[in-house]
Amino acid sequence: MLRILGKIQRIGIVTEPLPPCDEPALAEIGEQIKAHIGERFGGSLAIREVDAGSCNGCELEINALNNPWYGIERYGVHFVASPRHADLLLVTGPVSRHMEEALRRTYAATPEPRLVIAVGACGADGGEFGESYASRGAVANVIPVDAVIRGCPPTPLDLMRGILEAIGRKG
Amino acid sequence: MTAGMPFAPFLARLAEVGVAVETVTAPTLVPIQTITLANGDWGRLGREADDWGWRWAAGWGEDLGETLRINACFEQAGAYLLARTTVTRTHPMLPSHTPYYPVADRPERHTQDMFGVAFSDHPDARRWTRHRAWKSSEYPLRRDFPAAGRPPDTTPADHQYKFFSAHGSGVYEIPVGPVHAGIIEPGHFRFQAVGETVLNLEAHLGYTHKGVEKIAECRDADGLARLAGRVSGDSTVAHAWAACMAMERAAGVQPPPRAVWLRALMSERERVANHLGDIGAIVNDVGFAFGFYQFGRLRETWQRASMTAFGHRFMMDRLVPGGVAVDLDNARITAMRDEAAALRQQVSKLMTILYDSPSLTNRLLTTGILTPEQASALGCMGYVGRASSLYFDVRRDAPYPPYDRLKVNGVLHHSGDVNARVRVRHEEIIASLDLIQALLAGMPGGAIHSEWQTPAEGSEGIGIVEGWRGEIISYARFGGGGRIARFFPRDPSWTTWPALEVLIHDNIVPDFPVCNKSVNGSYSGNDL
Repeated sequence: MLRILGKIQRIGIVTEPLPPCDEPALAEIGEQIKAHIGERFGGSLAIREVDAGSCNGCELEINALNNPWYGIERYGVHFVASPRHADLLLVTGPVSRHMEEALRRTYAATPEPRLVIAVGACGADGGEFGESYASRGAVANVIPVDAVIRGCPPTPLDLMRGILEAIGRKG
Repeated sequence: MTAGMPFAPFLARLAEVGVAVETVTAPTLVPIQTITLANGDWGRLGREADDWGWRWAAGWGEDLGETLRINACFEQAGAYLLARTTVTRTHPMLPSHTPYYPVADRPERHTQDMFGVAFSDHPDARRWTRHRAWKSSEYPLRRDFPAAGRPPDTTPADHQYKFFSAHGSGVYEIPVGPVHAGIIEPGHFRFQAVGETVLNLEAHLGYTHKGVEKIAECRDADGLARLAGRVSGDSTVAHAWAACMAMERAAGVQPPPRAVWLRALMSERERVANHLGDIGAIVNDVGFAFGFYQFGRLRETWQRASMTAFGHRFMMDRLVPGGVAVDLDNARITAMRDEAAALRQQVSKLMTILYDSPSLTNRLLTTGILTPEQASALGCMGYVGRASSLYFDVRRDAPYPPYDRLKVNGVLHHSGDVNARVRVRHEEIIASLDLIQALLAGMPGGAIHSEWQTPAEGSEGIGIVEGWRGEIISYARFGGGGRIARFFPRDPSWTTWPALEVLIHDNIVPDFPVCNKSVNGSYSGNDL
């Protein structure tokens, strides 16, 4: 136990400020996200992530938002287990036909008003997989999409920018 | 590797039992020994191979026009044997290998769904990859099936899959997925439980089926490398390497030494990144948040260094046919040495804390045991096999450049529980750091890319590499104009998903997440 406490003390808080190799943009984007969430979502934005057929690359980067470098929860963003608790769906693609109905049902289970962000090159337009007998391609081919975050996969910072853009829009 | 042991005695044995086998000279498939046989003998081949201790490693089909060709790849002591047979398009029937090799079960059902081949004595004729996006009378990997398919306007949910069921007083079912509670890939798990205890678990996968094999067709070599890099995002380097190796063998292109050393460097970085993330996620699944944040920190730092060195946090698209797309300058080599030394210290200190925390080890020890016998019967590999006394590592046992010139420190544990799978990951991080130091120290100079040569129509090759989950086997065959006619990548997850269903027996339902994470199969790599 002492070793754990010692380690925690020695490591300290790694969350921001970031080393100079990274953009100082993170703190700025984070603060803006926090401000918008304060204004429009009562201080708390609940996100349900839906993998609708991705290669798992996007999921790894979305997971990274919860590591101590980004620590996105400090800006009022948290990931929830049920669409019924969600304000926003973060959907990765391409939407496989085998996930099509599950995605539709997840969308239907999300209370209005709801936002949908299509994530990644595949979520945006089908990416490397496109449309085929197996894939519907873009998320927008299956459910209404409010914003798109491109990248293969988008970096955690790209994801934060995209979330900011989506919640900052006048709607 | 030369054709000799263990081929000759096995081929003699086949002759003895009356299985007529033709040995094929296929230079581009070397180092794999290729044989062909009549389809009626296919089942006997499976039985004899099992008796002679071959591991069933991969199986796939090909549409050759008049006939369909079925392949099965076996391995023993680092030697690979590719067996081939054909069935007619009008009567595509073949004995199954599943009665001898449980691991052949789902690959054969995949071939059944995608090619319309019936495996006559397969114990389970249910579909596997197909849900409801195409009809049971349609076979997407046959030539006459268009890549666009003939899908319905909207694809309905697959609620008709017939799961195994259990009955009796107090038995109940828990359906989970395809959309899971966490930020993970989709799939369905059906539990039968009594109280807290899992009686049976059955996975129904295929939700992320993206038609990889079909949309690979007609791509050029660069396009295939990009697609292979997305078979499973966390294994982008390993899958791209296996695909490039297959294509390079088919084309007779030799990547320069510096390129293969850089590939190995990226591959070991990928292994370290995933093991770091997994250890954090495993301990998080039993509520040990300290480990989650510490290992998350290390993984992020590591990924950032990959970004700085190679321009991508996962090193996607950095492997290309003929070599690699980015070079590493001397300053980065020095920085990477320091980084590896620092990580070694950090990991060792953290693991000491983890092993010393009874609240954690209490949850990991004796949880989700896969016995060596079970692991062997299922043909497991990678950290799953190596936590259950099953040591096989392509880098050591069938070494490909540059591993033929490097020492791979083998890691082996025997208890087969979640704890052993954590220990294997920990020790493999250290072994990879050793390799990274050796790779940086011995990095040859010179070019990083050889000019691509368009291979002749019909050229084929197989690439076999040790990805971070285990052995990856990729087959590529070219058609005319340097375009791909067939691509099949076998992800290690085909063998570890069935292991999860076995090791969860008699564990409690709340331990499923940690058991699942300790195996960490790829859905995308399995569903293709």
